[in-house]
Amino acid sequence: MSNPGSLNIAAASLDAVKDRIDGGPRGPRPRKRISRRNIFIYGTLLVVAIYYLVPLYVMLVTSLKGMPEIRLGNIFSPPVEITFQPWVKAWAEACTGLNCDGLSRGFWNSVRITIPSVVLSIAVASVNGYALANWRFRGADVFFTILIFGAFIPYQVMLYPIVIILREMGLYGSLWGLVLVHTIFGMPILTLLFRNYFTSLPEELFKAARVDGAGFWSIYFRIMLPMSLPIFVVAMILQVTGIWNDFLFGVIYTKPDTYPMTVQLNNIVNSVQGVKEYNVNMAATLLTGVVPLVIYFISGKLFVRGIAAGAVKG
Amino acid sequence: MARDGRPLQLFRNLNAKIAAIPMIFTAVVIFAGGTIWTVVYSFTDSKLLPRLRWVGLDQYDRLWNTSRWIISIENLMIYGVFSLVFSLVIGFVLAALLDQKIRFENTFRTIFLYPFALSFIVTGLVWQWILNPDFGVQSVIRDLGWESFTFDPLYTADIVIYGILIAGLWQGTGLIMCLMLAGLRGIDEDVWKAARVDGIPIWKTYLFIIIPMMRPVFITTLVLIASGIVRVYDLVVAQTSGGPGIASEVPAKYVYDKMFLGQNLAQGFAGSTMMLLTVLIVLIPWAYLEFGGKRRV
Amino acid sequence: MRLRSTLAALAAFVTLPAAGAQATELEVTHWWTSGGEAAAVAEFAKAFDATGNKWVDGAIAGSGGTARPIMISRITGGDPMGATQFNHGRQAEELVEAGLMQDLTELAEKEGWRDIVHPVSLLDSCTVDGRIYCVPVNIHSWQWIWLSHKAFEDAGVPVPTNWDEFVAAAPALKEAGKIPLAMGNQPWQSSGAFNVMSIALAGLDAWKAVNIEKDAEAAAGPEYAKVFKAAADAREFRKDSNVQDWNQATNLVITGQAGGQIMGDWAQGEFQVAGQVAGEDYSCLPGLGVTEVISTGGDAFYFPKLDDPEKTQAQMELASLMLSKEVQVAFNLKKGSLPVRGDVDLAAANDCMKKGLEILAGGNILPDTNQTLSPDTQGQIEDLMTEFWSSDAISAEDAQQRYAEIIANAD
Repeated sequence: MSNPGSLNIAAASLDAVKDRIDGGPRGPRPRKRISRRNIFIYGTLLVVAIYYLVPLYVMLVTSLKGMPEIRLGNIFSPPVEITFQPWVKAWAEACTGLNCDGLSRGFWNSVRITIPSVVLSIAVASVNGYALANWRFRGADVFFTILIFGAFIPYQVMLYPIVIILREMGLYGSLWGLVLVHTIFGMPILTLLFRNYFTSLPEELFKAARVDGAGFWSIYFRIMLPMSLPIFVVAMILQVTGIWNDFLFGVIYTKPDTYPMTVQLNNIVNSVQGVKEYNVNMAATLLTGVVPLVIYFISGKLFVRGIAAGAVKG
Repeated sequence: MARDGRPLQLFRNLNAKIAAIPMIFTAVVIFAGGTIWTVVYSFTDSKLLPRLRWVGLDQYDRLWNTSRWIISIENLMIYGVFSLVFSLVIGFVLAALLDQKIRFENTFRTIFLYPFALSFIVTGLVWQWILNPDFGVQSVIRDLGWESFTFDPLYTADIVIYGILIAGLWQGTGLIMCLMLAGLRGIDEDVWKAARVDGIPIWKTYLFIIIPMMRPVFITTLVLIASGIVRVYDLVVAQTSGGPGIASEVPAKYVYDKMFLGQNLAQGFAGSTMMLLTVLIVLIPWAYLEFGGKRRV
Repeated sequence: MRLRSTLAALAAFVTLPAAGAQATELEVTHWWTSGGEAAAVAEFAKAFDATGNKWVDGAIAGSGGTARPIMISRITGGDPMGATQFNHGRQAEELVEAGLMQDLTELAEKEGWRDIVHPVSLLDSCTVDGRIYCVPVNIHSWQWIWLSHKAFEDAGVPVPTNWDEFVAAAPALKEAGKIPLAMGNQPWQSSGAFNVMSIALAGLDAWKAVNIEKDAEAAAGPEYAKVFKAAADAREFRKDSNVQDWNQATNLVITGQAGGQIMGDWAQGEFQVAGQVAGEDYSCLPGLGVTEVISTGGDAFYFPKLDDPEKTQAQMELASLMLSKEVQVAFNLKKGSLPVRGDVDLAAANDCMKKGLEILAGGNILPDTNQTLSPDTQGQIEDLMTEFWSSDAISAEDAQQRYAEIIANAD
């Protein structure tokens, strides 16, 4: 299929969308460099920024101290003697029961769980959102409402029914069972975001493609998909963080061989042998958070742009 | 492919319907089915395994006579109201400040957003540590010379829920701020120009013009915040395990504990049915306004 | 997974046909993760691996409360482990009734478990409709208070020999800047301590009436009023012990920051890991030094039904092994618990364990609350006790009234 007409329109509208999102701050223009107003703005932002940064600082500093220093000093003072021992211990030596290989075991498990779950849940939710936005059929709103309602159901409530459903499907305890669970619970918010995003795209685009005779899937793959990078980035970030950080499903729907990193983190933090080793706990905490944190720092700007596209129009 | 032009009316959306099967399955089988299943079994005396032996409203009777459940509900109310108000206010104010053509916008934004990348378990642990009276803020300030300074929310029953709130807001407001910022950016420059020409003060412009224009953003944020509130569990477990005593219990924890620790499924189901009922009471009017009123016209 | 283990089993079968050993991987879930516990569980693993099988450790940290839901979900979800720990008693009752657990009766009859397990009542808790479904591995008794010699020396008072002396010494401890009574914030710790106090202070008859007969009048009666009064005093002593886990509280006693802790004999393992000597660094008083009885709770292993006959075979080997003399001795010495057979030699046992063994031999035993009360009732009592121990807002009278209500509805 080649429809230069609709593709041109697509390109043009894409620019329009980008313009709107990248348009920069819209607030009233500041008049002077140093004014009371500026001092107020930067002052407030700085104070709030400190509140947000303190926990990260405390984690980092604590993880670099030895235990004696932690017991004596205060939590905000920088380490006198920097030691990486807690990090080594958290990664490779901390014990749970008989297994003394720290977080390292869980890391690859988490990767193996996260990648298929993210891919599948986004694929499903984006098609859902597309169908809801552009191919509305009778009853679609009812299903969508139930889906949104699902966003409010506490996970604990669904544990038992899902155990039964997975057992009947023969997926219990397998990686795919867990992937399915993540797909199901990611669906409400993701579908909402995708639906909002696709609704916000100019309708002319879709109509032009229809006039050219494009069908459901060809419009999805050739027009919608290329225009949806920002929202896919948002969905990816939300899912990577959500799934990477999940503890409840990971521990109930897997077994020790395949426990994700968060389960190991919980095991390390809760396996108190004698004294609580706060430095090892903090190092383990940071190590577990590294993957989502890195993704945030890399894609911060894309994230905001995507959020703008997915949430603003409703 | 370009050939098939206009399909029959009946099959018009066939592909869309096929594509929506996973969603329909999830909505009907998992969410609706699971919910109905839960409600049905809340009228039984199921213990470790579900069984259909009816006991009427006994489970609900016991639920509302349990002081732990009452405290859980109170905590959820306090946490819910404050969390909602503070998330919206802080999120909006931060977004408005960032929207002032300031320098280092990206840096600030990243700082406000990064806690969202960390799980509730991690958040709970860090704040437990910072608020620990023997090591954290209290001891640091006492070391500075203010001997009588007392700040140990996690060990004081009356205020423990606020200690959890501090951590919850730290984790969640960044995302709300991002959404609000996106909403502000979506508003036409002309609106500001017009407001300035008319001489309307800035705060009035925000309150009476900008915020009403951001209705969709507020709806998305409300869904996010509210669903987070109902589900609050991990944070409490990681920070206080419901303590001191039962002062920071929340409904989700009650449900989980009764279902799996007390091995009394039906009691847990009764608790979750009450939670779902609350959600429905809040959600149905919203869903009606969102979908019923607007679209069907 | 299964293919690989079958192959491994096959290989072992080919190379060692005479021994008949079959190397099968068996995943064992448990919640033993503290220092002493991990050392004890390693004894099981070592012995099991020595039979040519493979112990796959499935430790889940954070006490039975975290671990049990996971175990139950996996068994009901149709993905069972090879063997799993439960507390001895009624926790697995319904799983057995639903036919999800392996019947061990044949093995038990062949090895004569009824003759070797002592006290034999332990086996009763494993029995449903005349069939045996679990292996008791140890006896844990709750009725102990652990006292730090250092703390009492620092306070300048002699180490108490019973609860009343402890109460009398508490103010001195407080003055010396110690926490008189260490207690973690986990719910089971407060209800456990209360139960210990009620056996010691209300007497055996009243305790039995409440916990076995579920007699609500006894629970509301004057004997229990004494207990609630004493507990209300004791909650003053425990203030400032801002810890969660039981072994952190034990650590307060080990380091002399706290005077004592009411905790089961598993605390012993922690003293041992810390290199402390019973009678020199710490003392233990069974039944709080008032009523010298011990309850015969403990841990038991259950073996979910599996499809693979090789694994079933390995399950039987593990079950038999857990009761064997050598393993019983090695395991229980590390764990600080008492063995479930009366015919083993525990020469290496320390003072506290010997005290326990004597009481056990004298037959002064009680069932554990895990055996007499359903998890649901226990959960309700835990909720009440957690609230009571942490807040002055509930008076002893109110608490007793609510306690009696729970007992009236107990099942």
